[in-house]
Amino acid sequence: MAEIIKRKKAMSVSPLKSSQPVGAALAFLGINRTIPMLHGSQGCTAFGKVYFVRHFREPIPLQTTAMDQVSSVMGADDNVVEGLKTICEKSAPALIGLPTTGLSETQGSDIKMAVKMFRQKYPQYAPIKVIPVTTPDFTGSMESGYAAAVTAMIDELVPKVEEAGTKPGKRPRQVNVLTSSMLTPGDVEALKEIIGSFGLRPMVIPDISDSLDGHLTNDDFNPLTVGGTLVSEFTTLGDAVASISVGASLKKAANLLHERTAVPAYDFETLIGLDATDALIMALTEISGNPVPEKIERHRAQLEDAMVDTHFMIGHARIAIAADPDLLNSFSVFMTGMGAEVVTAITSSAAPILKHIPTEDVKIGDLEDLENIARQRSAQLLIGNSHCAAAAERMNVPLFHAGFPLYDQVGGYQRTWIGYRGARQALFDLANLLLQHGTHEIEAYRSIYSQRPEDMEARHVVNPAVTSNTLN
Amino acid sequence: MQQKDIAALLDEPACTHNKKSKSGCAKPKPGASAGGCAFDGAQIALLPIVDVAHIVHGPIACAGSSWDNRGTRSSGPTLYRLGMTTDLSEQDVIMGRGEKRLFHSIKQAIETYDPPAVFVYNTCVPALVGDDVEAICKSAEQRWGVPIVSVDAAGFYGTKNLGNRIAGESMVKSVIGTREPEPVPESAYPEGVKKVYNVNLVGEYNIAGEFWHVLPLLDELGLRVLCTLAGDARFNEVQTMHRADVNMMVCSKAMINVARKLEDSFGTPWFEGSFYGISDTSKSLRDFARIIADPDLIERTEKLITREEARMKKELDAWRPRLQGKRVLLYTGGVKSWSVISQMQDLGMTVVATGTKKSTEEDKARIRELMGEETKMIDEGSPRALLDTMRDYKADILIAGGRNMYTALKARQPFLDINQEREFGYAGYQGMLELVRQLALTIESPVWEQLRRPAPWVGIERGTGKPLAAEG
Repeated sequence: MAEIIKRKKAMSVSPLKSSQPVGAALAFLGINRTIPMLHGSQGCTAFGKVYFVRHFREPIPLQTTAMDQVSSVMGADDNVVEGLKTICEKSAPALIGLPTTGLSETQGSDIKMAVKMFRQKYPQYAPIKVIPVTTPDFTGSMESGYAAAVTAMIDELVPKVEEAGTKPGKRPRQVNVLTSSMLTPGDVEALKEIIGSFGLRPMVIPDISDSLDGHLTNDDFNPLTVGGTLVSEFTTLGDAVASISVGASLKKAANLLHERTAVPAYDFETLIGLDATDALIMALTEISGNPVPEKIERHRAQLEDAMVDTHFMIGHARIAIAADPDLLNSFSVFMTGMGAEVVTAITSSAAPILKHIPTEDVKIGDLEDLENIARQRSAQLLIGNSHCAAAAERMNVPLFHAGFPLYDQVGGYQRTWIGYRGARQALFDLANLLLQHGTHEIEAYRSIYSQRPEDMEARHVVNPAVTSNTLN
Repeated sequence: MQQKDIAALLDEPACTHNKKSKSGCAKPKPGASAGGCAFDGAQIALLPIVDVAHIVHGPIACAGSSWDNRGTRSSGPTLYRLGMTTDLSEQDVIMGRGEKRLFHSIKQAIETYDPPAVFVYNTCVPALVGDDVEAICKSAEQRWGVPIVSVDAAGFYGTKNLGNRIAGESMVKSVIGTREPEPVPESAYPEGVKKVYNVNLVGEYNIAGEFWHVLPLLDELGLRVLCTLAGDARFNEVQTMHRADVNMMVCSKAMINVARKLEDSFGTPWFEGSFYGISDTSKSLRDFARIIADPDLIERTEKLITREEARMKKELDAWRPRLQGKRVLLYTGGVKSWSVISQMQDLGMTVVATGTKKSTEEDKARIRELMGEETKMIDEGSPRALLDTMRDYKADILIAGGRNMYTALKARQPFLDINQEREFGYAGYQGMLELVRQLALTIESPVWEQLRRPAPWVGIERGTGKPLAAEG
């Protein structure tokens, strides 16, 4: 039971937190032929766009309602209507995500009302789905914004059983999968592969592995997302045989989906590590009625071996983690399961999962807190995003990159943590970092009587008789 | 090397193995041998001399799979970590060009790296085709004025142990006594030290830098280490070894011939000791003082031991409850079993069985004294035998050399590596603490519990996902 330490400082220094609107945008980016439009000033979008472009190294479709001085004071509903119309006209998307921002929320914008106005004024765009979601950046974090968008999508797009006549299990091979923002495109891809190996068809909401996995297409430019979950698939969710959710932040979304569809739900807080993946595999045998594929058994055995080989390095290692709640929880569980000690846990915002994290305390804070606490508690390794690199360098400890954003390396978005194979590679990489950093090296001792030139130099003594090495 | 020379090395009067049933070093048994060859032994004994160019004269197998493969550390030069070999080709062997290639290799090493000396290790193929390595070394030495030492230790001459002795023999024959040590200026004397004595440590390899745990203590006592053969040694230090007041044979009989021959030629007294474990470390320090017989040194030694032992007791008390009652299976090679046994017992651990393959009768008697007559002694170190013993005696951990590491780990058993390839230094008082830390790390690691549990789907009916009917 971790103690939650709230923010006490006036100023956040080197923030860990990314905003809710950015998180909501990410969720929408996992839907095919979609563009998120942040309801706020241009900067909200511009910064968000750069943030994603640097992380994914992809063009990112992201629009703005471009609130200006007048609309910020007088009301910006027209900006929403205007923006939606322009996007529909120019790009004919399947879906427009409409996250609010601190600006529009403070202004008091009624985003749903604005959408209604748009519908009335431009009925010709009725087939284009518009999902408004309330995501001010003065509350929550990227993770909660993402979860709010997923919840909003389910709310808007998944029909009730009685209306649609859906029936759980009508599509006996379909499994709905809700994925938290902690899952990378690589994770989602791996998860789909695991589910597929049981003869099941994963329907991932939102499927960023199909849109943000970094693939070249035949089109030279597309103003919308290329790949991702088809909007039309939302109506099939009620026919699935089961729903899986990954990440505690999606609990609300998962509950809503279950309420709507009555499809049996399987919720997982983490999929990183042996136990976590075992639980998933067990659920999949139950859902599919199929035996565990040999390939997966093999991957499990490989992970077991990796655990044995790496526990020497990772065991007792003092680890500091800075991440959004779901990822923080996943890595903490994973690392303590290897015998490491999570001595510093920093997160971006409050969440129910925090108190279950296996560590003394969780600090809701910034990367300055990370550095201070990790230093004070002699952490040997940091796990966190690219912003942690500077702290790691100052502390002279290695950084294991995970989370958002990862801009000082290529392919970070494709790292896979989940499943037996993801955990295995993560263990190797962690162990290698600890090895390379020589955390257990004994410092060379130079005898006070030594007359070796380099030792004399170290003692600042001039050797009066540097002898030759020739045989006498 | 001639048969009679090999026989002379095997008949080492100072070695207790020479008495009793085992005469000299046992012959390897075809099809059931695990140890290294004479070349291996010679190379590992001398490779820690860090500023020497070590050239392996032979085809690639000898150096190719063994260079830079030892945990020995240097406080300065790193030439020893370069793998140098003549890499003989088929044509070299057929056309008899090996000698020429060796001559040019020596030239290349000298011109590229300017080493204080070159060691040339002979191997099976050139020994068989009759390369006159000795003559090549002589003429190269004359040509370039750099000492070239021939170490004639072809693999087929015998075991690794023989190789160690050949290495020692080469040092005694061609290096030791070729230079006088510099006197220690009185200004370098630490406080309270009236006279500084010279000592050598034979068979100390500074694995993982562990000797740096011990060296500060010797410094403090006023014992100047002229040379450690061979950990972190310099060529010009080996040259001065004849001037020691006392030699310590560290923890192994591998180079016992060096100590004996130094006694024969220079009258240097010697003793066998070990820096593994608290009692052995204290005993070794006492032995230095006892043999030097300076009352002031004896008094200061006792003071230092009292201080260090009290410090260790305090530090270890924190760990004792965690290790109390744990059962250990010890399978050591070079390190004397009994020295580790008393240490384990001191921590409240039970040594349930011990390997005695390399132990002398004297060692065995001592083991019986420590562990009682019932003690299981394992003469045969096959993986099967070790695992069976672990199971039968309910051992919590196997402590053995790196070769057995993966045996234990594959059987999901905790393991501690105490061989030369290990990554941690256990020597001296401080090393004991590291040993304890490592013991706790692996014994308490949460991975074992996870790994011993079968996959959760074992016991589920294949193809249905339903639990198997309970079998009567």
